[in-house]
Amino acid sequence: MSSERISFGRCLVLAAAWMVIAFLVLPMLVVFPVSVTDQYYLSLPRERISLEHYGNFFGSEEWLSATWQSFAIGACASVVAMTLGALCAIGCWRISSRASEAVRALMLTPIIVPAIVHALAFYRLWIDLRLLDSYLGVILAHALIGLPYVVITVSASLANFEPRLEQAARNLGASLWQTVRYVIAPIVMPGVLSGGAIAFAISFDDIVIVLFITSRHIYTLPKRIWNGIQDHLDPTIAVVASLLIAATFALVLTKYLLDRRRLNGAARERATA
Amino acid sequence: MNLVFRQRRAYWLLVLPAFALMLLFYIVPLVELLWVSVSEPRPGLGNYELVLLSGPIRRIIWTTVRVCIETTIPTVVLGYVVAYAMVHVERGQFTWMMLCVMLSFWVSVLVRAFSWLVMLNTRGVVNTLLLATGLMEHPLPMAYNEVGVAISIIHFMLPFAVLPMYANMVGIDKRYVSAARGLGASRAQAFWQVFFQLSIPGVVGASVLVFVFSLGFFVTPAIMGGGKVVMLAEYISVQIQDLLQWGLAATLATLLLVSVFFILAAMSRFIDLRTLFGAR
Repeated sequence: MSSERISFGRCLVLAAAWMVIAFLVLPMLVVFPVSVTDQYYLSLPRERISLEHYGNFFGSEEWLSATWQSFAIGACASVVAMTLGALCAIGCWRISSRASEAVRALMLTPIIVPAIVHALAFYRLWIDLRLLDSYLGVILAHALIGLPYVVITVSASLANFEPRLEQAARNLGASLWQTVRYVIAPIVMPGVLSGGAIAFAISFDDIVIVLFITSRHIYTLPKRIWNGIQDHLDPTIAVVASLLIAATFALVLTKYLLDRRRLNGAARERATA
Repeated sequence: MNLVFRQRRAYWLLVLPAFALMLLFYIVPLVELLWVSVSEPRPGLGNYELVLLSGPIRRIIWTTVRVCIETTIPTVVLGYVVAYAMVHVERGQFTWMMLCVMLSFWVSVLVRAFSWLVMLNTRGVVNTLLLATGLMEHPLPMAYNEVGVAISIIHFMLPFAVLPMYANMVGIDKRYVSAARGLGASRAQAFWQVFFQLSIPGVVGASVLVFVFSLGFFVTPAIMGGGKVVMLAEYISVQIQDLLQWGLAATLATLLLVSVFFILAAMSRFIDLRTLFGAR
């Protein structure tokens, strides 16, 4: 009797959880059937499945150039964020004083500030600096909002690192740069890369800042989607959405498989040791 | 001693580029924005007076706070169920749940808002199905109103609620619950008086996080609201892009920023913020 009730309660919770997850995932998947519609407005296919809108996307100068611009901006912004963020986290970790803790806290502000607020702040300063609608302006803004994530991930990967190893390298005559390059860099690399991935995703996804600091010259993918949604709901947007969801799924799955392989590897090492 | 000091100075050189960039191109313009709120169009507190006295602006603020409350509560309740299931299921199911949560966490905010538009607009998927099955005679208005805005915000915020609550629940020792059961508590009592109590920090953290994110949320409300439900962030953007009202926009931005900082500071007395943002 008791075990029956346990399994009943368990089933109820599980069913509820899976329903919430269905609510989380299924509405996103609706863009796939809509992307192959034979109609000229957003709807499910009526008579047949049509790849026409995929043709529109891959044949459109505007959409392809927007995709390319988003990739280029995201790549540059994340490289800047990775470089500066990693150096900053390493420095703060090594100094580890009150002042360096304050600096690190300051580096995290962009996470807390609402996007609309820093978009206005960037807009105002970029007017004065004549950075509006320039690649440099967008890359700089995106690098700044990506920086905190790199600082966080790199700090996390340094948290378990023995500072005396680094001290030993210095005592054996390695210069600061050699120590950073050969001792610290291998330790922090996973942190740098995962922080960089987050910074790239944030740049690639940003619409709020781009709406303010760009006009005609720069058209990133989110801005094209945004304008498409505002003007007329063209099924080509469903194509872009489908491609983005598929790419995101591939990346999330890859990350999961890599993590699992690393965990299994670590477990095997422990078992053989 | 001298050597240690020189080494420290060298490490400050590593910190300097990032710090200088953040200070000059982020903190300074942010402070300048706060300054604009008391200096444009005229020096003084005129903008703040306007915000307090103007009916339309008060209505926008009220809409924003109302939508945030309407979305935070369901988000945290639904998120709690998922997080609770995730700490109790076996590995196979856990993996699928986590993959689904991570997928929706990473999919672009625009794409997610767009798919809700596809679902809910008058010619959208839900209405097509409702009409086809004969459940409804006329399409149900769900996009471009508060219901649509709320649904899509809940959808966006769910992973932000699930992940911190999951992190908190993983740390709860399940033996407490077994002990309570062993001492004669019913399943419901063991849950409410033991497990739930221990999960409160996660619940509070997730609620505050979701509430704060929603306060300044721009993309989803702007798309799903369609100009009919206007929240604070969209209103600020209209002030700048259509009306060039810098003073008013900066004032509202300042109020938004101050509220966010205030709420987070109040929360940080109870919970270590770093655990929420994944710094630890």
